[in-house]
Amino acid sequence: MELILATSIGILFASGIWLILRPRSFQVIIGLLLLSYAVNLFLFITGKIQVNRPAFASEAVSFIEGLYADPLPQALVLTAIVIGFATSALYLVVLLGSRGLTGTDHVDGKELEHDE
Amino acid sequence: MSLLLAEIIVLPILLPLFTGALLLLINERHHKLKFFINQTSTLLLFFLAVLLLGITDSAPAEQGLLVVLSANWAAPFGIVLVGDRLATLFLLVGALLANAALIFSYSRWARLGVHFHTLFQFLLMGINGALLTGDLFNLFVFFEVMLAASYGLLLHGYNITRIRAGMQYIVVNLLAAVFFLLGIALVYSATGTLNFADLAAKMPTLADEPRQLLHAGAAMLAVAFLTKSAIWPLGFWLPTTYSAASPPVAAMLVFLTKLGIYILLRLYYLLFGANSGASAGFAADFLLYAGLMTLAFGALGLLASQESSRIASYSAVISSGLLLTLLGLAEPSMLSAMLFYLISSTLAVTAFVLLTELIERIYTPADSVFALSMEFFAPEEEKQESAGVAIPAAMAFLGMSFVACALIIAGLPPLSGFIAKFNILHHLLQLPFSLSHWLLLILLMLAGLTAIIAFMRFGVRSFWTAQATTSPRLKLNEAGPVLLLLVLCISLAFFAEPLHNLLERITADLQHPQRYIEQVLSTLPTRKEAP
Repeated sequence: MELILATSIGILFASGIWLILRPRSFQVIIGLLLLSYAVNLFLFITGKIQVNRPAFASEAVSFIEGLYADPLPQALVLTAIVIGFATSALYLVVLLGSRGLTGTDHVDGKELEHDE
Repeated sequence: MSLLLAEIIVLPILLPLFTGALLLLINERHHKLKFFINQTSTLLLFFLAVLLLGITDSAPAEQGLLVVLSANWAAPFGIVLVGDRLATLFLLVGALLANAALIFSYSRWARLGVHFHTLFQFLLMGINGALLTGDLFNLFVFFEVMLAASYGLLLHGYNITRIRAGMQYIVVNLLAAVFFLLGIALVYSATGTLNFADLAAKMPTLADEPRQLLHAGAAMLAVAFLTKSAIWPLGFWLPTTYSAASPPVAAMLVFLTKLGIYILLRLYYLLFGANSGASAGFAADFLLYAGLMTLAFGALGLLASQESSRIASYSAVISSGLLLTLLGLAEPSMLSAMLFYLISSTLAVTAFVLLTELIERIYTPADSVFALSMEFFAPEEEKQESAGVAIPAAMAFLGMSFVACALIIAGLPPLSGFIAKFNILHHLLQLPFSLSHWLLLILLMLAGLTAIIAFMRFGVRSFWTAQATTSPRLKLNEAGPVLLLLVLCISLAFFAEPLHNLLERITADLQHPQRYIEQVLSTLPTRKEAP
């Protein structure tokens, strides 16, 4: 389990970093999305990898170590997903605007051969 | 402290939130009404900030904090909002700049696109929230609120330059957010808490292994804040962004870099202050040298700048570099000098950003500039820029304001920039000799010199050349904010002592994080009687 999670986070990070260094804005946004998936997973496993454990007790029982999963990372990751989603959507709008105004999807807003 | 009083600290967040929401409902056609509501709310925010600074400053040192437990949960479990002297001082500076920028935007810039006023209020909400929060994740949320609003404002008056700059600005900040979250995750897994006070309380007794994890987390977080405060080499976005943004927005962006410095200041002295065990002074050297590099980069950039907006941008970079260097020196005696410089340089750079737009009208007929930025948006409103009263002797006003800005930013006597710089040098020379101090001394002088050269060159070119210049029509509401900011800077020079005393008290607060920790953690949830 640890190995799978660690590898997948690593692969997501690596692909994300590769993509955001590319010159097309579409590649950049895919890279940003991959990075945010990676970081969300990373945030999620800070609560330790636990399977089949509730995040909170439904009634007042005394706290027993190991019976419950850590609820905080789950709450954090939910918020992070929502915020990441919203800001990526915002970037997408700017990307489309840039595509429409400049006629190219290069991140600099112009193709290399048009360099002054 | 009575219960009702502490709850005032929520208002600087709620007021912009509700105003922004209200403004969303009003149609763009009612421009004056929207402006009026926005301005009223921003003015209220200013008075609120004065009041809050008064409250936090007048209380004795052991109980000056305004702590509000949101949802009535005790401190490490719920999210707390904390107002202390440092936060309320920044609140005040931010509200001042917001008022100046908003008044300036009235006659032209606010009408360039839709939802300027709403975004402006949401930006203020994000700034105030980030200043007042006492929780790392909540800080992230407010940062994102602020950044989302700033994306919108940067793109306000949509043209190709702004889109291009906006894309870079957004990508850089989204990446910074990734680092921010990574940092939060690492800090949480090291300590099991995200509350500032609780983190600080756990620092001295942390075991070795989690401590290393925490250091990694803190470094990740620092990447996010240092990107915001434009440290070299993370600050390349700044000049492009600032010169693309419309002047009132650029004025607010100047304050955002200072917000990065504020967070660093707060977290550094809470987590890595003198009594944080093995972590005391963590990475101070890094901050010092990176700050020096930023200073050098800013000075070189300033020398190479031709356009006024670039001069303003690199002045902001220099100011960030100096502040980061002083933070990295980790000398408590420098703190009040640093804060004084921060206030003075923020006001001066903002005034200059607003002023440059007025100066540029000298040689280009105002309408053509306007038409250029109006290319893609609402061309039918082009003719309506007649609001406000024109002031006489425009050239004399522009010239004098320009000289004042130049003097303050370059740090020449007799204005506040000189006092700030003198203060820094005075403290620097009292420290024992070391290479980095001398480097700082030399770079500080060089930065001043390049600032003088850049400003003189620009001034000579704009005011003294024989090209066909027109005396521009200045509106009172455009000249007013510039004048206001400059008068404030000048009065900083005259009333340096009361301000200095306040800054000394802030310094004392920062050096004794114990007060902060105890007050936050000892605040109890209120028990509400059943009705």
